[in-house]
Amino acid sequence: MSLLEIIILLPLLGAALIGFGAPARLVGRSVALINLLLGGAALALLQQGKTLASSRVVLDTPKIAFSVGLDGLSAIMLLLTVLVTLAAIWQIIDKPAIYYTASLLISGGALGAFLSTDLFFMYGFHELALIPTLLMIAIHGHGDATTRRGIAWKITVYLGVGSLILLAGLAALVIYIGQGATFDLGYLTQAAANVKLPAATQGWIFFILLIGFGTLVSLFPMHSWAAPAYASAPTPVAMLHAGVLKKFGLYGLIKVALPLLPLGAKLEWVQNALLLMLVGNIIVIGLVTIHQDRLDTLLGNSSVMHMGYLFLGLAAGSQIALNGVVLLMFAHGISIALLFAICGKLRNQLGTLQFDKLGGLAANAPFLSLMFAFGAFASIGLPGLANFAGEVMVFVGTFDPSVGSLTSGLKNIHWATIFGLWGVVMSAVYMLRAYRKLFFGKPSSGLFMSDLVSSQRLPFVLLAVVLLVAGCYPGFLTGLIHGMFVTAAN
Amino acid sequence: MSAHNIEIALAVAAVALLGLDAFVPTLKRDIIPKLSIGLVGLALLAMFFAKGDTPAYLASYYRIDSIAMFYKVFALVATLAALIIAREADPVIAHFTGTEGPSTRIAEFYILPLIVCVGLMWMASAQDLISVFVPLELVTVTFYVLVAFARRSAVSLEAGVKYLILGALSTGILVYGIAWIYGATGSMTFAGIAKAVGAASTSKSALIVGAALLLAGLGFKVAAAPFHVWVPDVYQGAPTPVTAFLSVGSKAGAFIVLTRAVQALTATGSQISGEVQTTLLWSGVITILFGSLAAITQTQIKRLLGYSSISHAGFILLALAAGDSARFGISSEGVVAFYLATYLPMTMLGFLLLAVLRSQGVAEELSQLQGLSKRSPGMAFALAVAFASLAGLPLTAGFIGKMLVFLAAVDKGWYGAVGLAVVGAAAGFYYYFRPILAAYSAGKPEDTALRWSLPAKATAAVLVLAIVTLGVYPKALQSALKQNIVLTSAGK
Repeated sequence: MSLLEIIILLPLLGAALIGFGAPARLVGRSVALINLLLGGAALALLQQGKTLASSRVVLDTPKIAFSVGLDGLSAIMLLLTVLVTLAAIWQIIDKPAIYYTASLLISGGALGAFLSTDLFFMYGFHELALIPTLLMIAIHGHGDATTRRGIAWKITVYLGVGSLILLAGLAALVIYIGQGATFDLGYLTQAAANVKLPAATQGWIFFILLIGFGTLVSLFPMHSWAAPAYASAPTPVAMLHAGVLKKFGLYGLIKVALPLLPLGAKLEWVQNALLLMLVGNIIVIGLVTIHQDRLDTLLGNSSVMHMGYLFLGLAAGSQIALNGVVLLMFAHGISIALLFAICGKLRNQLGTLQFDKLGGLAANAPFLSLMFAFGAFASIGLPGLANFAGEVMVFVGTFDPSVGSLTSGLKNIHWATIFGLWGVVMSAVYMLRAYRKLFFGKPSSGLFMSDLVSSQRLPFVLLAVVLLVAGCYPGFLTGLIHGMFVTAAN
Repeated sequence: MSAHNIEIALAVAAVALLGLDAFVPTLKRDIIPKLSIGLVGLALLAMFFAKGDTPAYLASYYRIDSIAMFYKVFALVATLAALIIAREADPVIAHFTGTEGPSTRIAEFYILPLIVCVGLMWMASAQDLISVFVPLELVTVTFYVLVAFARRSAVSLEAGVKYLILGALSTGILVYGIAWIYGATGSMTFAGIAKAVGAASTSKSALIVGAALLLAGLGFKVAAAPFHVWVPDVYQGAPTPVTAFLSVGSKAGAFIVLTRAVQALTATGSQISGEVQTTLLWSGVITILFGSLAAITQTQIKRLLGYSSISHAGFILLALAAGDSARFGISSEGVVAFYLATYLPMTMLGFLLLAVLRSQGVAEELSQLQGLSKRSPGMAFALAVAFASLAGLPLTAGFIGKMLVFLAAVDKGWYGAVGLAVVGAAAGFYYYFRPILAAYSAGKPEDTALRWSLPAKATAAVLVLAIVTLGVYPKALQSALKQNIVLTSAGK
């Protein structure tokens, strides 16, 4: 059994053990720790030039195999997943065992989806999260029972339908590029160069994939499941879903749709549709986010809004923009997980997240205040923190000569960038306002927030340090994907 | 030993057991159930050593080919599962059969399934419309008794009457169809029909009438729209083990016949392949949509599984309509067989859990499931696996079947039909997840822990394992059968 297989199966095994009555906290925490170490080991092996791929055929006709492999992109996603999983598992205090089971299932599903190189398993592992998410939001979520049930069904149906649309798109790839022979991504990528589908066919397959994957990433206007679901989900689920699982849609577009359908992505109607949708994410949801008066829905909406930047980089498709997208995926995952973790701590102790009821929390909780600053500033895009590098590369990448010459005036994508820049301003408005209202100003009467005990600080420090390191030295991450998108850009 | 000897032996054994029950009144109550289960188990074991050669004296109407072998094993597994479920449901059945208090003797309830099994095994080999009809009737008539077995329960009797009337009607239609086909082609054998459908001398209109009646008659048995209306009532009313057997065994038997009939009617050069294909396609799509959309509002779980069974029948019809797909190297009969093989464990697991719950006073209502995860974590987990698989969630058996159907249909270019089938599959995410959500919701404080017997637990574990194994390692089915029938069309 290869290292990658162990990384995928360990959380699933842990979930099964807990199901059979093993001590949940011990198993959950050890799995998270071991997987962090194994993930680090895999990364180290990759940098030494080792190939970690392995493959087991599970069906002969049509050929399906449980194949796993690691390249720079999946390595970054692996790192993101193990980091956020560790932080998320540590947020579970005095909760029923199902919290651990659900978190481990979501984490294992995400790892499987990122590490599989066979479309069947890539798709299948992602769906593992569907039932745990439904149960956790509907049964253990926040808010009154009827509302959260409605929210839970909404996310389930949206993601279910989105993934069926995605399945249709993947089936089209298997049929038109693989000639029905295989689901293997490596084979399909090679075959795509020889098959040379007409641009129009590539265009509609890309569009189906965009809608399918896009629904999973809350691309406007298929976004409405996301914000309420994150707001009412239990903290570890919100962290894993918003931080990790949601990135699968983007990962799929970068890993599957762009290399297999290079012409489709560049087709004008596809481009325009995508630009329209992503501007919707940035501007419409940005305005919605500014309007929020409580921290959980604010974070939920902001996470939807930031997807707009990622799609902008995807639309540009230049090497620098795609590098930026990958970096930003990582950075956003870490920063939103950090913010949701803080949000969970506040809700636990204060019982409310309403801005007008809270204030001055920094006086008694300086550590939380500092951590919130890391998350909030990263999410605004302050230089020195991880998101900045990603955002800059995305914005600069849209002006890359490969995207379009500026001599004949601004293209649609440049207009989208200009709108996108306003998004940065909006982020600053709502994040800084939230920071001020929660942690500074007049202390809230009757509500007292104590700081974290030192054993609880570890995961927060870990995420904050990662934000700082990736912000000051993004070269470590971009080095992993160096040269990966050269062909995609041409 | 050849495979046909096993079914002969099973028939003899069933009669012997009936005699034993009738003439030895001092027999202990659980002897016959145990004997019955043991015999089916033995027959199943024997099947793996059986030779697949057809005896010459049967050859004109009975053939043992690889697909027949598959369905014979299938029938035995389904019977075994139904009998195990029957053991769990025993107190409930006994309660509803005795005239004064619970009945002490319900041995027939464990013997009649053996007769159904023999019928199903014969059907798998039938090569001739007459040799299809006789076992089909054997199965249906036995089910008339089984469905109405709980004779002091009004719903069971109602279900029995409905099944009897509609079953008799569909038999009449089927026979009429057989007569027309014989009139048009001059042959009763599938091979003869396949030869005649392409001949210029065969009357196309007579063929169409015959094929329509034949498809309608079989449509009743597999619960295809628009002949599905009996299903929810009968499924709800019949005793749980019978419902399970009906929805897996009887359906599979009808599908093997349908598969062979469709293959004959759409043989190369057939005048009516287009008509048959279109009929199957749209009947399949309507079946899926009806089954899924009507299931959304159900709160009675047996009824829900009834609609689920309708919707699954629709997917199988779609696979039959699509025919072989050279591109994917999958044959239509292979996809049908595979789909049924995935359908068996998940449906049987669902009904097994219902029987276990019912025997401990938990009615088959969604609201009654609340708190199940506290009362018995194992049952809640098994229920989650069964319903996730029924919904077609990836990495479970249910997904592979659906995916193969979609691939075959997409290969034919039926995007509209696939789109509608996707709507049905999407609705499944709601109605199949509702029981799971209920099972993991908080229950009432006075809830007590639930117990289940060791055989039930072991069977559930095997079925869960089968669902997951088929879901992540579908090749296992091919390996286990040691035959290449399941997916490849090349071996034909």
